[in-house]
Amino acid sequence: MKSRALGIYALCALAFLHVPLLILIAFSFNASRFTMWEGFSLRWYQAAMSDPQLIEGLINSVIIAIVAALLSTAIGTFAAYGVWRKSAPLLSGSLYLSLVTPEIVTGVSLLALFQWGFHFLHLRLGLYTVIIAHVAFSIAYVAIVISARLRNFDRSLEEAAMDLGASEWHAFTRVTLPALAPAIAAAGLLALVVSFDDYVITSLVAGVDSQTLPMVIYAMARRGVSPVVNAVSAMIVVAFGAIILLSQRLERA
Amino acid sequence: MSPRQWFLFPARLWMALFFAAPLAIVCGYSFLTRGDYGGVERPWTLESFTRFADPLYLAIVWRSVWIAALATLLCAVLGFPLALFISRAGRHRNLYLQLVLLPFWTSFLIRTYAWIFILRDTGLINTALLRLHVIASPMQLLYNDGAVLLGLVYNFLPFFVLPMYATLERLDPALLEAAADLGARPFTTLWRVIIPVAAPGLVAGSVLVFIPCLGAYLTPDLLGGGKTVMLGNLVQNQFTTARDWPFGSAASLVLMASSALLLALLMRSRMAKELM
Repeated sequence: MKSRALGIYALCALAFLHVPLLILIAFSFNASRFTMWEGFSLRWYQAAMSDPQLIEGLINSVIIAIVAALLSTAIGTFAAYGVWRKSAPLLSGSLYLSLVTPEIVTGVSLLALFQWGFHFLHLRLGLYTVIIAHVAFSIAYVAIVISARLRNFDRSLEEAAMDLGASEWHAFTRVTLPALAPAIAAAGLLALVVSFDDYVITSLVAGVDSQTLPMVIYAMARRGVSPVVNAVSAMIVVAFGAIILLSQRLERA
Repeated sequence: MSPRQWFLFPARLWMALFFAAPLAIVCGYSFLTRGDYGGVERPWTLESFTRFADPLYLAIVWRSVWIAALATLLCAVLGFPLALFISRAGRHRNLYLQLVLLPFWTSFLIRTYAWIFILRDTGLINTALLRLHVIASPMQLLYNDGAVLLGLVYNFLPFFVLPMYATLERLDPALLEAAADLGARPFTTLWRVIIPVAAPGLVAGSVLVFIPCLGAYLTPDLLGGGKTVMLGNLVQNQFTTARDWPFGSAASLVLMASSALLLALLMRSRMAKELM
């Protein structure tokens, strides 16, 4: 009896987590502009795909996410490996701290840094400032995924390689790196999603010509509700879901 | 440099330049004076910090703490039974865990927007109730503290469920049987057996929810309407509209210091040693 009640409760709690997004997606197929169901239609998807602002935002977001994910995956993997070899409390501490720093604080402090730097360099905010910021907050995510994998990695494999004459670098590239490959792919996908999703930090360090997709969506959501936002959201939710499932599969591989 | 240092170097460099240095700049700015055109000037002063004594700003600090605490409490109350259920779900555990995690990985902005879609004047709830003639005019469901609270609980519930599940999973079922054999009622078992074992998860989950809630910006910004609801909004407002960087920096430091302090407490707790 007690476990039955618990099961019903769990079902409600899971529904609470999922139903809002399902409703959002369902209404992206609504023929009407209003929140009343008037039949199935793909018109909002067509509208979304022909909206120049959304397209531009998408392109910017994809560029940023790919570059930031590649950089942060490389840096984060090296860092996790280095820490695994011998602990580096200062670096680990700052990575954990970067995870709990409120996004708004990360955003304004980076903005302050960039503005300060612009006194000396003739530069402006742009795509590259967004990429720098995204790498800064993604390294910690990557390092955590890779560290989790390294915890189950047998240290003696590398030692054996070195006993057999491999240099430290060779032992890393030929023995450890292949074993880490699935985790690295998982971490990269995670970094891709985290970067693509960010609004708060991005909105502070993006230049006028580097609006990202979340920034366009935010502006639309602020202006009032348009089913176009539902359509874009539905596409992002499905794409994110697929990437994350793939990432988790790889993590366990 | 030894080879290991080379592996650590890129991360050290990036974190020093783009995490530590920005925070150091903000730290410095918080002791400066606001410039005439928005920048910062000397003299050095503590004025940005003493301004928090102003009832207007005290109210924002108080409301941030209060909303974050309430959101944490709600996450604990809602999340504990869910974690308990998942920990006992046998071979379906992973499926349920995935279901908790999946919305957590879908865009934060979109999850918040979903609530705007449901709660606004012409949203799902108001439209449905109007059509059913339950209400005559739309209810104001959005742009209040309640909506912010709802958004925070919705967004951060998985942060509580995961560590909670991780501790409950290790609860030996034999303990529960022993309690029952010895005549404990379900509530007694919960209070005297399950909760003591689950305490580290309860603490970790609460801290993990409280930290992001305290520093929340997007949720109060979108669901709380235009007014400055929480500290995160105050920071954003001071850096953009008000252009008072010293005060914005001071507010950032207050947020940062509380988050770091809570993280330090978490790392020292039993949970950190078990889970990390």
